[in-house]
Amino acid sequence: MLAFLIKRTANAAFVMLAVALLAFLIFRFFGDPVEMMVNEQATQQDRAELRERLGLNDGFVTQYTRFVTNAVQGEFGISYRNQQDVMVLIKERFPATFELVLVATIISLVVGIPLGVITAVHRDSRLADALQLGSIVGVSLPSFVVGILLILAFSVTLGWLPAFGRGVTVDIGWWSTGLLTPSGRAALVLPAVSLSTFQITLVMRLVRAEMLETLRTDYVKFARARGVPAGRVHWRHALRNCLMPVITLTGMQIGNLIAFALVTETVFQWPGMGLLFIQAVTFVDIPVMAAYLMLVSLIFVVLNTLVDITYAWVDPRLRDDTARAGGSNG
Amino acid sequence: MAETAAPMTQARTDPQPKASRLRRMRDSDLWHSFKSHPSAVFAAVLLAIVAITALLAPLITPQNPYDLAALELWNAEIPPIWAAEGQWPYVLGTDTQGRDILSAILYGSRISLIIGFASVMVALGVGLTLGLISGYFGGWIDNVIMRIGDVLLSMPFILIAILITAIATASLPTGLKDALAAPILIVAIAVPSWVQYARTVRASAMVERKKEYVQAARLIRVKSWRIMLYHILPNCLTPIMVAATLNFGLAILSEATLSFLGVGMPPDQPSLGTLIRIGNQYLFSGLWWIVVFPAVQLCLIVLSVNMIGDWLRDALNPKLR
Repeated sequence: MLAFLIKRTANAAFVMLAVALLAFLIFRFFGDPVEMMVNEQATQQDRAELRERLGLNDGFVTQYTRFVTNAVQGEFGISYRNQQDVMVLIKERFPATFELVLVATIISLVVGIPLGVITAVHRDSRLADALQLGSIVGVSLPSFVVGILLILAFSVTLGWLPAFGRGVTVDIGWWSTGLLTPSGRAALVLPAVSLSTFQITLVMRLVRAEMLETLRTDYVKFARARGVPAGRVHWRHALRNCLMPVITLTGMQIGNLIAFALVTETVFQWPGMGLLFIQAVTFVDIPVMAAYLMLVSLIFVVLNTLVDITYAWVDPRLRDDTARAGGSNG
Repeated sequence: MAETAAPMTQARTDPQPKASRLRRMRDSDLWHSFKSHPSAVFAAVLLAIVAITALLAPLITPQNPYDLAALELWNAEIPPIWAAEGQWPYVLGTDTQGRDILSAILYGSRISLIIGFASVMVALGVGLTLGLISGYFGGWIDNVIMRIGDVLLSMPFILIAILITAIATASLPTGLKDALAAPILIVAIAVPSWVQYARTVRASAMVERKKEYVQAARLIRVKSWRIMLYHILPNCLTPIMVAATLNFGLAILSEATLSFLGVGMPPDQPSLGTLIRIGNQYLFSGLWWIVVFPAVQLCLIVLSVNMIGDWLRDALNPKLR
C-alpha cells in the first residue's frame, strides 16, 4: 500500500509539474512580460531594469524553478490588466464559483438519484422511457443554451428570477457568501440549475445502471421474498449499495464542474473565477490565465488521486494495476 | 461478432460486385438493429436533413447572409412568419441588420458540422497512430506518449481548448486570425480528444501483438506498420467507431461553446455558437428569435448524433446481443 501511495503521489506531482511547465511556457514566451507591464512612456532603461528585477535574464531552468517555487507559495505575479496581485483576485472570486458548484452538485444528486432509481425500478414503463429520452436530451443540451433559455423563460418572460450577478452578499472573514440573503439565493437558482443539467443526467444514468445490477442480486430477491415492502427494498437496501460509485463520480466531476462553471458564469455574468479567466483570455492577461490553469488542474489532480487511493485502500487488487496504467480514470 | 467479422475479412481479399455488397449490408445484424430502433432511424433522418440543407445552403437559402449588399436595413428585426408582422421569405425572422435567420442558421450549421467532423478526423488520425505505436512497440516511446496523455487528461477538456485558441489567435497577426479561425478550432478540439482513441488502441495492440498470428507475420518479415495497420487495427475498430460517433457530438458542442465564449469563429463567418453569442445580446430586447432558433438547431444536431451514438454502442456491444 505504501509503495502504491508513493507511486500515485509521484505521478500526481509529475502531472502538476508538467502543467506548471505549460503555464510557465505560456507566461514566459507568449508575448513579452516586460512589454505587458510597462506603459508607453517607459524608457529603455526602465525596461532593462524591470527585466532584471523579474529575473527574465536568468537561465531557463532557473526561471522555471522560480516559477514553480512561487506557484507553490501561491504567488503568480501581478495581473497585467488591473495591476492587482493575481492570488488576491482569485481569492476574491473563489467563493462565488465554489458556492455555484456546490449547489449545482447538490441539485444533481437530489434530482439525479431518484430519477435513476425510478428508471431502473420501472424499467419497461412509459415513464422510464420518457426519462431515458430526457437524459439523452440533457446530455445534448449545451450548458450555455440551457442558461439562455432559462433566462428567457424565468427572467425575461416571467420576471421571477434575476438573470445576472450574485445579488447581495455577506462577508464572513474573507469569504463572501450569497447564501444568507434572499437576493443572493434567488440569483443562485438559474446558474446552479443550468450548471447541473449535464450532471443530473450523468448521476441518473449511473444510478440506473448500478440499480439494474443490484436488483438482480440475491439479497434483494430475498428481501422481496421475505415480504419487505417494495419501496423499502428499492430505496433502502438496493440504493445504498449503488451510492459508492455515485460518490466517486461526484468527487471526480467537481473539477469538471469548476471548469465548466466558466461557461455558466459567462452566461449569467456570475462574478466567479471562470468569468475572471474568460476576461483574462480576452485581454491576454497571462498571469491570471496561468494561475487559473494551475489551480483548476490542481483540484482536478488531487481529486483523481484521492479517488484512486481510496479505491486501492478499499480493494487491494487495484494496487498493482492502476499504478502501472497511470490512473486510467479520465 | 463472428458473423460480422468473417465477411469483413473476406471483402478485403476479394472485392465483390456492388450489388451483393449492398445485399450483405441489408442482411447484416447492424442494419436489422437499426431498423428496429425508431429513435436511431429518427435521429439518422434528422441528421441527414440537417447535413444536406447545410451543405446545399448557398443553393436553397433566400439570401447569402454574409453578402453585405444583400442586406437591407428596412428588413431588420422582422419576427418569424407566424407572428403578425412576419414576412415572406423570412420564415424564421431577421436579425438587427436585416439578415435572414434561417439562412444564417444553414450557413452556420455548415461551419459547425465541418469543424466537428474535421476535429474528430484529426483526433482519430493522431490517436490511432500514437496508440498503435505505443501499444506495439512499448518501452520508452509508450511511456512518453502515455505520460503526455495523462497530462492532457488531468486538465479539463474545455480549458485546454480555450487556452489553445486563445494563444493561437493572440500570437497571429490580425489579418490571419480570421482566416485561420477554423483550423485553430479543429486543432484545439482535437488535442484533448486524441488520448481516448490512443488508450483504446494501445490496450488492444498490447494484447494482439503477443498472439501467434502477429508473431507469424513478423517471422515472415511483414513490415511493422503493415502489421499494425492491417492486422492489429481492425481488431479495435468497434469501440473506436462508437467513441468517434459520440465525440462528433462532443466536438460540435465544444466548438459551439468556444464560439459562444468569444474564442471561436469570428462574427463574419459565424458557426451556430457565434450566432447564439450574437443573439444573446438581444435577449432582453424581445428579439428572442435571433437566439432561440440557432440554439434549437444546435441542440437538434447534437441530440441526433448522440442518439445514433447511443444506439451504436448498444448494437455493437456483444454482451447485449
